[in-house]
Amino acid sequence: MSAPFLSPAEWQAVALSLRVATVATLASLPLGLAVAWVLARRRFPGHALLNGLVHLPLILPPVVTGYLLLLTFGRRGAVGEWLDGFGIVFAFRWTGAALAAAVMAFPLMVRAIRLSLEAVDPRLEQAAGTLGASPVRVFLTVTLPLILPGILAGAILAFAKAMGEFGATITFVASIPGETQTLPSAIYALLQVPGAEGRVARLVWIAVGLSMVALILSEALSRAVTRRVRGRR
Amino acid sequence: MTLRVDIAHAYPGLALEVAFDAPPGVTALFGPSGAGKTTVAHAVAGLLRPDRGLVRLGDTVLTDTARRLHVPPHRRRIGCVFQDARLFPHRTVRGNLAYGQRRADAAAFDRIVALLDLAPLLPRGIAGLSGGEAARVAIGRALLSDPRLLVMDEPLASLDASRRMEILPCLERLRDEAGTPILYVSHAVDEVARLATTLVMIDRGRVRRAGPAEALFADPALMPLFGPRGGALIAGTVAGHHPDGLTEVRAAGGTLWLPALAAAPGAAIRLRIPAQDVILARTRPEGLSALNVLAATVTGVLADDAGVTVALAAGGPTILARITARSAAALALTPGTACFAILKSVALAQGGPD
Repeated sequence: MSAPFLSPAEWQAVALSLRVATVATLASLPLGLAVAWVLARRRFPGHALLNGLVHLPLILPPVVTGYLLLLTFGRRGAVGEWLDGFGIVFAFRWTGAALAAAVMAFPLMVRAIRLSLEAVDPRLEQAAGTLGASPVRVFLTVTLPLILPGILAGAILAFAKAMGEFGATITFVASIPGETQTLPSAIYALLQVPGAEGRVARLVWIAVGLSMVALILSEALSRAVTRRVRGRR
Repeated sequence: MTLRVDIAHAYPGLALEVAFDAPPGVTALFGPSGAGKTTVAHAVAGLLRPDRGLVRLGDTVLTDTARRLHVPPHRRRIGCVFQDARLFPHRTVRGNLAYGQRRADAAAFDRIVALLDLAPLLPRGIAGLSGGEAARVAIGRALLSDPRLLVMDEPLASLDASRRMEILPCLERLRDEAGTPILYVSHAVDEVARLATTLVMIDRGRVRRAGPAEALFADPALMPLFGPRGGALIAGTVAGHHPDGLTEVRAAGGTLWLPALAAAPGAAIRLRIPAQDVILARTRPEGLSALNVLAATVTGVLADDAGVTVALAAGGPTILARITARSAAALALTPGTACFAILKSVALAQGGPD
């Protein structure tokens, strides 16, 4: 796969980015669904605070988010030191890049899922309850199938965002080839090398291509599921 | 199995305080929009927790605020049919029907499908269903959850008149064959007259009257609540069908002629005589196109803002006539007056398909 198009170093960056984005998306999906549900369906003191917290990475300078991650999940960070005891390390590892990508992509994922949850008519869930379905069964058999397009759209959007994450990642886990040097970090590193414009251009095209594929896939998937969920004739 | 409801619930603009018993059969909660009918239905189904009160079905207490008891909707076994059918868009008609089935019971499934004539719809999605079809699927879905009570909240309100006529016979079969007690919320006199065995009349959050439907429909004092479409219900028996397209019906007050009914000779039926369609005459009218003329005696005359309601004993049953105050004065109607009631129309109220 690597030979004709990409040098081993380039392929390493692309493969790492794909792995980081996949893990970031899949690992944050359950939490994203839970947070979206709480924000869409529950009113409680602190609702606005939680909403703000979730959206913060969207507004904050990425370097600040990365620095806060470093303070929290770094080797000497409050949570990082504790997790170190279980052998879980984020600092300067690809897992750290995945964490940074997940945090940065989280608002997009939550937003998409929350919008689809708010579009579900609660009276359908009520009807399911009167038919004898417990709240868990109502969620699994009515709510979940109906919000599937939103979950898919949110996941793919988060994936695309994770692929492109740069500021928080490089601040938190630096740019170590083969470990934390994702596609954007690789492009940035090459830009510092004189005469590497050709290699930069190829990586840029790869980044553009991957993003386009993700967006087109997201659109196509959500259209297909929307058709199914809206009900057929 | 009797449903006991005794609840109070306050909204901005409406203080609901309602108590009634619903014996087996169809109990209609009847009243104008905004009277609090839906609130009562939701409290029975468990979708609303009343401020205070008790809901009991047979021996099972479903809500008792004094004991802080509130059984959640999914443990009540009360089927609901809402005005908007609320079908699941991601399931086929078959999938919707099967949703509430506790165990796959093919015999029960086939019986309900036949009762509501759903067979041709089964493989279809719900997007293309007409309002009438969706209502029938919603009724079937509720029935298949094997409910101890069926709550129907204006199930026909969003349908046009012809669709309504398509569903009403299904509901009558349901009442007569399925045996599930029904709490039927409606503000439509026609539906209530056809379906109800017991009537609970609600107005501005209070029960105005409750009792057997026939007694309440024959009470002149309730005429203003029923509005222009009110009128007595009388029982009759189909005597035979005649070649000129008329059906002969024996009622306690005499023989009535109706446009061809489908009911077989000997069938017991209930007829509705809209009070507005009753003309009174002091002498036996002659040279008249109306076929149904009953000799009657005035038993009561009750005036209200909009007119006069005259109660008449026609042989056995009471019928009501709605006339203007001027006519009442001109005819000098008082209790005991003998007169003739000319029935412009008689409608089948229940007891077999029209």
